[in-house]
Amino acid sequence: MSHSSLPRALSVAPPAAISRPLLWQETLEHGAHWSGIVRRGTSLRLTALEAGANVAAMLYNYESLLERYNMADTLKAQHTAFLTAGCVCYSDMGRVLCSITADSCGWHDTLCGVSDASMVNGRYGATRFQEQRNDYCRNGRDSMLNELGKYGLGKRDLIANINFFSRVTVEDSGALAFDSAHCRAGDYVDLRFEMHTLLVLSTCQHPLDPDPRYRPRPVQLRAWVSGPAPERDPCRERCGENGRGLRNTEMMFLA
Amino acid sequence: MSATADMSGVGLDPRDALHSHVIAAGEPWLGTVGQGQVLRIVDLEGNQAVDTLFYNAHDTEERYSAADTIRAQGNIYLTTGSPLRSNLGTCMLTITEDTCGRHDTLGGACSAESNTVRYALEKRYMHSCRDNFLLALAHHDRDLSKRDLPNNINFFMNVPVTRDGALRFADGISAAGRYVQMRAHMDVLVLISNCPQLNNPCNAYNPTPIQILIWATG
Repeated sequence: MSHSSLPRALSVAPPAAISRPLLWQETLEHGAHWSGIVRRGTSLRLTALEAGANVAAMLYNYESLLERYNMADTLKAQHTAFLTAGCVCYSDMGRVLCSITADSCGWHDTLCGVSDASMVNGRYGATRFQEQRNDYCRNGRDSMLNELGKYGLGKRDLIANINFFSRVTVEDSGALAFDSAHCRAGDYVDLRFEMHTLLVLSTCQHPLDPDPRYRPRPVQLRAWVSGPAPERDPCRERCGENGRGLRNTEMMFLA
Repeated sequence: MSATADMSGVGLDPRDALHSHVIAAGEPWLGTVGQGQVLRIVDLEGNQAVDTLFYNAHDTEERYSAADTIRAQGNIYLTTGSPLRSNLGTCMLTITEDTCGRHDTLGGACSAESNTVRYALEKRYMHSCRDNFLLALAHHDRDLSKRDLPNNINFFMNVPVTRDGALRFADGISAAGRYVQMRAHMDVLVLISNCPQLNNPCNAYNPTPIQILIWATG
């Protein structure tokens, strides 16, 4: 697959310091799946510990799991086909699950979904716990179903997800082009949560990653108290749409 | 597109259709298309977005998935040869004929809530596709609800994406009488909202009727 590349620095600038005490931190191992509740006013930094990382993410309103991330509403509200700093992640209810407040890599995919068992077995060969123990090859869809099941969710709740750290461009013909050189070691993205969110993650490789090897990369999570979007805020002020989306969100939390 | 064009449905005679129905502007429709049957959607007056979802009629937990469809064909636009895939990766239907040129699956369905975001808070009270979907499912005798509304297809809608990642709702490329036709590979429930949106060019600011035709075989 061909790809056009933006000019990229070879190394990541030192990440903006997190000025507040960390609430917690955790390393997601390569291929791991994870879920947790992230409260409104909490920020989470995802850091790629190796080049070529991918973090598939599905997001749900923890107070009403029927409200969930909506790829289409997110893209059309912001007139974009990708996510970066200044963007917000919309639910299907015109509200904001989280805002992207910092981003060292400039592009996160939300078009391409996750890998599945037949894709992973076909690409990397069938692996089994019986031989490989915990090094067997995970796939994105089953990883998501594993975590969703812990909250009473399942196949009906598989949504078009975000693939943090992955860049897939669209040619004039509509063809997709995966950028293998996009994510560098140390790249990070900060998510500021605007509502109590069930966050489901998988570090499986992007489904269009052409690497013939099964090589998911580890990712670090760090959480701190940031508060929700302030009145003056680059995400809120990016466009009138985001101002209204955050206003809709704030209505839920008025005492 | 990887699939070889299936030309067997070309030239079907509307008089031979099992089912023919005009969906009025702004209205929903829920029906069944059997395995092997051919569904045609006709843009009767031109530039009319047709928001569409498919479910496996025997196991509705399996349903159309925009992400699986896009990724598997390596292209964001739907046209002749495009396999329409489910959340389990299965090809549910294949587009066999398309006199429009291409169709969208990134734009989703309009809703009261997204109207407040996209246009203005007071646009909440305008009729929307999401309301059509919800009402059609509520009146259907199956356990289908808001939980069963993933990102849909917008037949006849034009949402171009540029190399630098810009996305917009553009003027339609469809015209009166153009149609898209697909063959079902399993028994499918078809949920349609004939889009009532008045705030962007997806319906040329004038929603109009569409026609659906179903043939037993191509």
